[in-house]
Amino acid sequence: MADTAVVDHDAGAPHAHIEHDTNTGISNTKLGMWIFLASECLLFGGLITTYLLYKTPISVEQGPAPHQVYDIPFTSVSSFVLLMSSLTMVLAVAAIERGDHHRVRTWLVATALLGATFIAGQIYEFTVFVGEGMGYTTSRSSSAFYTLTGFHGVHVTVGIIMLVSLVLLSMRGKLPEHRSETVETVGLYWHFVDVVWIVIFAVVYLIP
Amino acid sequence: MALVEPTPSGPLALPSGGDTSDFKPLGVFARPVDPKRSWRKWLFTVDHKKIGIMYGTAAMFFFLIGGSEALLIRAQLWAPRGKLLSAELYNQVFTMHGTTMVFLVVMPIGAAFANYLMPLQIGARDVAFPRINAFSFWCFLSGGLFLNSSWLFGGGADGGWFMYAPNSGVIFSPGHGIDFWNLGLIITGIASLTGAVNLIVTVLNMRCPGMTLMRMPVFTWMTLVTQFLLLFAIPVLTAAQFLLMFDRLFDANFFNVKNGGNPLLWEHLFWIFGHPEVYLMILPAFGLVSEMLPVFSRKPIFGYPFIVFSGVAIGFMGWGVWAHHMFVSGIGPISVTTFSLTTMFIAVPTGVKILNWTATMWGGKLKFSTPMLFSIGLVTMFTIGGLSGVTHAVAPADTQQTDTYYIVAHFHYVLFGGAFLGFMGGMYFYWPKLFGHMLNETLGKTNFWLMLLGFNLTFGPMHILGLQGMSRRIYTYDAGYGFELWNKVATIGAFTLASSVALFLFNVFYSRAKAKHLPNPGPDPWDARTIEWMIPSPVPEYNYDPIPTVTRVDDFWYRKYAETPDHRLVRTHTIEEVAQTGDSTGVHLPSPSYWPIVLAFGLPIIAYGLIYSLWLCAVGGVVVVAAIYGWALEPPDAPGGDHGEHHEPDAGGELPADADASTSASADEKEVETVG
Repeated sequence: MADTAVVDHDAGAPHAHIEHDTNTGISNTKLGMWIFLASECLLFGGLITTYLLYKTPISVEQGPAPHQVYDIPFTSVSSFVLLMSSLTMVLAVAAIERGDHHRVRTWLVATALLGATFIAGQIYEFTVFVGEGMGYTTSRSSSAFYTLTGFHGVHVTVGIIMLVSLVLLSMRGKLPEHRSETVETVGLYWHFVDVVWIVIFAVVYLIP
Repeated sequence: MALVEPTPSGPLALPSGGDTSDFKPLGVFARPVDPKRSWRKWLFTVDHKKIGIMYGTAAMFFFLIGGSEALLIRAQLWAPRGKLLSAELYNQVFTMHGTTMVFLVVMPIGAAFANYLMPLQIGARDVAFPRINAFSFWCFLSGGLFLNSSWLFGGGADGGWFMYAPNSGVIFSPGHGIDFWNLGLIITGIASLTGAVNLIVTVLNMRCPGMTLMRMPVFTWMTLVTQFLLLFAIPVLTAAQFLLMFDRLFDANFFNVKNGGNPLLWEHLFWIFGHPEVYLMILPAFGLVSEMLPVFSRKPIFGYPFIVFSGVAIGFMGWGVWAHHMFVSGIGPISVTTFSLTTMFIAVPTGVKILNWTATMWGGKLKFSTPMLFSIGLVTMFTIGGLSGVTHAVAPADTQQTDTYYIVAHFHYVLFGGAFLGFMGGMYFYWPKLFGHMLNETLGKTNFWLMLLGFNLTFGPMHILGLQGMSRRIYTYDAGYGFELWNKVATIGAFTLASSVALFLFNVFYSRAKAKHLPNPGPDPWDARTIEWMIPSPVPEYNYDPIPTVTRVDDFWYRKYAETPDHRLVRTHTIEEVAQTGDSTGVHLPSPSYWPIVLAFGLPIIAYGLIYSLWLCAVGGVVVVAAIYGWALEPPDAPGGDHGEHHEPDAGGELPADADASTSASADEKEVETVG
C-alpha cells in the first residue's frame, strides 16, 4: 500500500488509512445523502408544525375539517403498502450486494409499484376529499393538509422516478455491483420518505 | 469484478454489470472538451477555485446593486420631506437592499471563501461533489438575477426583507415583487442547501492525512459550523416561502387572516431561519480574522480549542434565540423572559472569541498590514455591534428600540462592521494566493481608513436617531424632530463608504496592471501559518502535489520555524525548502460539465412560469429534467479526458496504486467518490 508516487518529506508519513476512501469511512455520496435527509427533517418539521397549528378551520362554515373526512382504514392500508416498500427496497440492496442483478430489478420494480400504489391511493383520497367539499382553498386546515401530504407525495414520486431510472440503468448493464451504493443511497432516501410518512400518518390522521 | 449474467430470461433479466469502462455519456451533449477558450473554461468548470472566484465576483456585482440602493435610501433621507423616491419606491428599495445584501452579498462572499479556501486548508484536491459545487454557484446566480429581474417586471418586493404577513399577501402587495422575492430566494436556498451538503461532506471526508478535526484551521471549522447552520436553517425558510407562495399564487389560507391564517406563524418560521442566518453570515468572517490575526501578530491563535468550541456553541445556541426579534408581537411574558435570557447567554461564546483575538494580539509582534487593519476593525466594530445587541436582549429596552434606527445601527455594525470588514481583510490577505499578485498596500490602508470613517459616519448616528425615535422604513421625516443633523451625517458617511468601495475596485485593477512588472510574491508573502501557503500563488489547478501530511495545528508554520528550549522561535527552513514544487503528473481531476449550469438556469424558467404562465413551467421542467438525467448519466470523470496538464489517469498522486489485480477496481471506486 506504500504510495510510491509520493516522493517528498511526506513520503515517510504513515498511510495507514489511505486505502479507505474517506476520513469517516462513509463514502461521500452516502454521507451527502444522510446530510441532505437531515435537512429534509426541518422542511417537513415546518410543514407538520403548520398543520398542527391549523388543524381545525376557524368556523364550521368553512367546509369540513380534515379529521371529518379521513377514511382511516383506507389510509392505514395505503400506509401499510408504503411501509412494505421499505422491505422490498432492503431486499433490492441486499440483492445488488450479492450481485444478483435479476433480483435487484425485481425488487426495485416491486418497490416502485408499491410506491405507485400509495400515490394512487393518495390521489384517490384527495379526489374523495374534494368531492366532500374540502378543496385546497376551502380553509386554513385544508390548505395545510394538502400542502403537507402533497409535499410528501412529491417526495414519493421523485423516489419512484429514481427507482425506475435505476431499473432502466440496470437493464442496460450500467449498474454493476460495485456501484451498489447508488442503490443503497436511493434506498436511504426511500426509507426516509417512509419514516416521514409514519410521522405524518400518526400526527395528521391518528391523533385526534 | 466483471460480471456475467448467465441466463437472461424475460425483460428484467438483461445482462448487466461489467466494467466501468462501459460508462459512456448518454446525454444529448458530449462533455465540454475544449476548456482552453477562456469563457468556456469558466462556464463549465467544476474547479472549486474558479467557482470560489466566480462566487466572489458575482457577490461584488450584487454588492454594487445593493450599495446603489443604499445610496438611494440615504439620498432620500438627506433632508426632511425628501422628493427623490416615492413611498412605494422607497419600500421596494429598502426591501431589495436588505435582501440583496443578506442573500446575494454576505452569504455568497462567505461561500466564495469557503469554496476557495476550505479545500486548500484541509489539503484536498477539490470538494466532494465538484459538479454540485458548480451547480450551487450557478443556482445562486440564476436566483439572484431572477430576484433582481423584478425591477424590469413592475418593481421589486416591498415588504421589508423579513416580509411579514399579512403585509406580504396579495391584498397589500398586489404586484409581482413579492413573488419574485419568494421564488428567487427559494432558488438561492437550493443553492445554499446543495452547497452546504457538499462542503460538510468535504470537511468530514476529504481531509489530508493527519488533518484531524482539532488540527483544522479555524476558518475551516467556522465553515463547517456555517454550513450546518445553512443545512438546517434554509429548509425552514423554504417551507415558509412555499406557504407564502401557495397563498399568493394559489389562494391558500396560511396567512389569510380572514380565514384564520396566523401572521405569527410566518414570524416564527422566518426567524427560526433568520437568527441562525445572522450567525452563518458572521462566522465565516470570524474564521478569516482568526486566520489573519495570528499571522500579523506572529503568535499562534490564543486558545485554539476555545475559539473552535465557542464557534460551535454559537452554532447551537443560535437556534434558541429567534423570538428576540418578536418581543413586541405579543408572544407572552414567559417567552419573552426565556428568549431574553438565551440572547444574553449567546453573548458569552461571542465574547470568548473577542477575548481570544485580543489575547492573540497581546504581546505579539504586530504588523499593521491592510488585512491586519481590517481584522482589528472587525474586532472593534463588531464589539460595538455586539454590545448594542445585548441591549436588545433586555426586553423592556427592546420594546422601545424595535423598528427604530437603533436596530438598523446594530445590525449594520455586526454585518458591515463585522462580516464585511472581515471579508475585506480576507480579500487583501488572500489576494496573492488567488491571483498571484498583491493588492497595493498604500491604497489598501487608505481604503481601510476611508471605509472605517464612512462606516462609522453612516451607522454611528443611527444609534442616536433611533433612540430619538426615528422609525426605520419610513420614507421621510418632518422637520423639527431633531433628525436633520444626524441624517445629513449618515448620508455623507454613506457616500464616503461608497468612495472607499470605489477605491477598492480601483486598487484591484491598478494592482493587476502594476503586477505585470513585479515578480510573483511567492507561495507565502505574509509568512503565514496554515498549509494553503505552501503551494504556489496562484494555486495550481491540482492544489497539492503531493498531498501533504499534517502533524499539528499551524503545520506549515512549524515546517518553517522551531522553538528553542527557552521558547524562542528560530527559522529552520526557508520558504523555498518547504514550499511545494510538484507538477501535476498523474493527477486526475474531475472533468468539466455542461449540466450544472443548464440545471441552474432551468429553475428560473419554472419560476417565471409560476408567475406568468404555467406553460413556461413545462419548458423549464423539461430543461431541468433533461439536465438531471444528463448529469446522472454522465460519469464524474472522463477517463483520459482533458484535465490537468498530463493525461495519465490513476497513476499515483492522490490515488494509491494497488499492487494486486484489484488496481483498476479500487481506482474506479476512488473516482466514484467525486460523483457530483
